[in-house]
Amino acid sequence: MHEMGIAMEIVDIAKASIPQEMQGAKVQRVNLQVGKLSAIVAESLRFCFDLVTKDTPLEGAELAIEELPVVARCKDCHTQWTVTEAVFTCKNCQSGNIDILSGRELDITSIEIEDED
Amino acid sequence: MWFFANRIPKRYHRDHSHHHHGSHDHHHHHDHNVETRKSGTREIKVVRRVLDANDIMADRMRSHFAAHKVFVLNMMSSPGSGKTTTLQKTLARIMPDLRCAVIVGDICTTHDADRLAESGAPVIQINTDAFGGDCHLAAHVIEKAAENFDLDALDLLVVENVGNLVCPAEFDIGENARAVVLSVTEGEDKPIKYPLMFRESDAAVLNKTDLLPYLDYDRDAAVDYIHQVHPGMPVFELSAKTGEGLAAWVDWIRGKVRGKG
Repeated sequence: MHEMGIAMEIVDIAKASIPQEMQGAKVQRVNLQVGKLSAIVAESLRFCFDLVTKDTPLEGAELAIEELPVVARCKDCHTQWTVTEAVFTCKNCQSGNIDILSGRELDITSIEIEDED
Repeated sequence: MWFFANRIPKRYHRDHSHHHHGSHDHHHHHDHNVETRKSGTREIKVVRRVLDANDIMADRMRSHFAAHKVFVLNMMSSPGSGKTTTLQKTLARIMPDLRCAVIVGDICTTHDADRLAESGAPVIQINTDAFGGDCHLAAHVIEKAAENFDLDALDLLVVENVGNLVCPAEFDIGENARAVVLSVTEGEDKPIKYPLMFRESDAAVLNKTDLLPYLDYDRDAAVDYIHQVHPGMPVFELSAKTGEGLAAWVDWIRGKVRGKG
């Protein structure tokens, strides 16, 4: 639903990341990390990405999505665990006083550009 | 029962065997950590949050509102949970003490804005149609809408987000607090189906409690699910229609606004 806007942001960031000396080269792949807690539907995002990359250096590029697990740490007993269902209380001491260490990511990690030399 | 099990199909998982560029390994072949060369391809490290632009704008809006001593409450919900009625009744109770304004987001129509305007509070309707029919309000939209208010004449700005339990949770709009409204005519398990929304909220309203005698709704299960996703979050069970339970919710908002400093 909001994937179109997100796809447009990805294209903007990717375009701005192409080094000066490589302007005009084709971007082959955009590497994205998406936390499992993010409200992103990968299929929709790829569909939108294909649409908004038309006539840009990213046309035809692959959007590679790496899914990151939800990892939490208890602030009381310092237990760290991977959250695999929608339960956000400490596995060890049942405290609700937790930090989410990962799982909210929506980050571009790199772009891969065609380079013939 | 894991909520995102099917969100990202297996074939999209990053799998190094799918690289067509030989023996490239992300963790070991970085040239001064900036880029990696492979035959025919150069990898440029980026490491940027996709929603950076929105988050920066949201932070700017938060500072802007703080400078004018305006508290911003982002109200989110599923469609049909009674968010607009709840807000109407809330405004009626809170307006004598606090100077309020409302920004209401809908994909189209001004029905909600018309209802809210009866409270006497200034109301700005945003039809996200103009922004591509978006399912949420983003920070730049709030910036535009807020230009219509005299912020110095306000204590509380309520943003009634687009009815949707998915997308609005992802977008910071420069608010100070977030509340999620759901109702007893929906499934008890909404909190675990939309965990991000309930994780990101500071309070939950469970509306339409006047209907409980006519429903098989398991109210305890709903509250348990909310606390499973967000331990300790205040849950206000109320009926916007009859007014029952509304006082505690209004007090919570009042406390938040007063505490803004």
